[in-house]
Amino acid sequence: MSLAPSVAPHTLADLKPGQSGLVERLELDEGDARRLMELGFLPGATVQLSRRTPFGDPSVYRIDDADIGLRRETAAKIHLRDQT
Amino acid sequence: MSASATATSADGNNAEPPSRKRLIALIGPPNAGKSTLFNRLTGLRQKVANYPGVTVEKKTGVARLTGAEVEVVDLPGVYSLAPRSEDEQISHDVLSGGVEGMRRPDGVVLVLDSTNLSRHLTLAAPVIALGLPTLVVLNMSDELRLRKGEIDVDELSKRVGAPVALASAKTGEGLQPVESFLVGRLGTPPPVQLPVIQDVPACHAWAREAREKAGYHPPAPPEWTRRLDAVFLHPLWGPLVFLAVVLVVFQTMFAWATPLMDGVEQAVTMSGGWIESALPDTWVRSLLVDGVWGGVGSVLVFLPQILILFLFIGLLEDSGYLARAALIADRTMEKVGLQGKSFIPLLSAHACAVPAILATRTIENQRDRMATILIAPFMTCSARLPVYTLVIAAFIPEQPVVGNLLGARSATLLGLYALGFLAAVATAKALKSSVLKSKGTPFMMELPPYRMPTVRALVYRLLDRAKVFLKRAGTVILATTIILWALASYPTTAAGEPPAIEDSIAGTIGRTIEPLVEPLGFNWKIGIGLITSLAAREVIVGTLGTIYGMEGDDEGSLGLQDALRSELDLGGAVALLIFFAFAMQCMSTVAVVRRETGGWTWPILQFCYMTALAYLGAWAANTVLS
Repeated sequence: MSLAPSVAPHTLADLKPGQSGLVERLELDEGDARRLMELGFLPGATVQLSRRTPFGDPSVYRIDDADIGLRRETAAKIHLRDQT
Repeated sequence: MSASATATSADGNNAEPPSRKRLIALIGPPNAGKSTLFNRLTGLRQKVANYPGVTVEKKTGVARLTGAEVEVVDLPGVYSLAPRSEDEQISHDVLSGGVEGMRRPDGVVLVLDSTNLSRHLTLAAPVIALGLPTLVVLNMSDELRLRKGEIDVDELSKRVGAPVALASAKTGEGLQPVESFLVGRLGTPPPVQLPVIQDVPACHAWAREAREKAGYHPPAPPEWTRRLDAVFLHPLWGPLVFLAVVLVVFQTMFAWATPLMDGVEQAVTMSGGWIESALPDTWVRSLLVDGVWGGVGSVLVFLPQILILFLFIGLLEDSGYLARAALIADRTMEKVGLQGKSFIPLLSAHACAVPAILATRTIENQRDRMATILIAPFMTCSARLPVYTLVIAAFIPEQPVVGNLLGARSATLLGLYALGFLAAVATAKALKSSVLKSKGTPFMMELPPYRMPTVRALVYRLLDRAKVFLKRAGTVILATTIILWALASYPTTAAGEPPAIEDSIAGTIGRTIEPLVEPLGFNWKIGIGLITSLAAREVIVGTLGTIYGMEGDDEGSLGLQDALRSELDLGGAVALLIFFAFAMQCMSTVAVVRRETGGWTWPILQFCYMTALAYLGAWAANTVLS
């Protein structure tokens, strides 16, 4: 984690509810990455954090007009494009 | 043979052998409404079996259309055809003709959700690349129109190189092209440039281009899904709704079921009495009245309750709430080392462990899947309900516990559900922190939009369940009952009369094992019931029905509840409940675990573990309460 808490989110896990980002790459092994890509988590795709669930984790992400639930540990491995 | 037959139809040559029906496969991603279309096409002419050698359910049916009858096979819901999970493997194998004993389909109907084409259209690439005559059905056209989405069907058809139909399997609109495809001339369309199907980003890009060229306007996100999620996934309301749903299910299962069960019971008693008065007093009458009516009849009484449970599971699943519940449960499941995806098999295990164990196929992590299989039989399945209901009704007085909201009987039942759940959780924790320890695989769960469940779909579910239950009552339970009746009727006395039940073969066996069950507070009759219930749990009710029915010849007819009250004290009754909560008395479950885990090791260990736990638990309860 960077020392200065930057405003720009680095991974899906850094998004705030309602905030969106562009997927850069998936830091996961091939099988897992493929599954996520089939659900739409492809480089260049826009992902929005719809909401967190009652106990804070997992969270619901909106991608390609669908809602997908992911745990924080997985979301933290989906890196976002630097939007500065 | 199948290859040549396929070639004939693929050439567009209509000379199919008249002896054989055309075979069409339905494929599509999960939640695309594939099963709704399947039900719409085949009605009640459906068969459910398994593909040889694997656990995937094979649903086939016959569509009766003007002109011809067509056989339809409903493939499992998949996002791709890359063979990594069993579902994908079997879908791939069926479509490429690689399943033994099954010919390659003559054509494919690809079912996609028209409101979700941004993701669903990607599957068209690998399916069309198979080279079979294909019809793409954009389902849920009613919803697309309602939410103001748009698509140019003709243009999309040109882009993907296959005919496209916009339809709604739910309302039945636009199904004409589907029926024409099923019976019409199957030709291979002009080939189009398809992406390399192993390359997900390439398939995605191809699908996007086809969509854009066809002027696809994704419909506005369903507003009330967002609003409902704001409540159902709310930090406070979410868990409260979750609890309320569970409570309502249990309370109504008792409150609604009682009058229906009384009705069935009356019908069974009346028809039994009618047979008794119509037939002369011979062994045939005894077999029919005591054996079949007493045994099978006492199990049939529970059909309404089981159907109500399945009605609720159907409502929760079809409305889309079940996926939210899994999401809420994920955090809790994580604590015992499992994940939210284990929640759905575990919830459906409350209906029956067999489909639940089959449903674990959606869990990608093999160790998580194994742990889920091993704990699923602890969940209170519907076969336990007849036993629970009977014992509770006999021993627990009906009185309010929480005002009028929860009665003592419902509370006891709820407690038994909790007991099974706790045993499962503790076992999972032990397994996941030792032999089945694993690094987590990512949990991903698609949340379908909320939809109003249709009466039609629910009726199909219930008919399906009723068929399974009645089939069991007509086979396993009937057979056990007849064997038991024979064992209890012989040897005849010197005068050729049926023996007193204590002196029969069944009585002798029962009294031999009595020392084993006595510490639990059971007598030999319950002991016999425990043995017969190894086949299936609810058999014990039929067994006791038969035993008491035959005993009734001398002592006057006793209701099953009264009979139980005279046999068991409270300690024994609680012990019986606990025994059934823990024990793995179900041959179907043992068989399915063996198949799923690929050997006898796990099911044998599981059976011994659960029986030991049941015996110790029952012994402890009886010792404390007596």
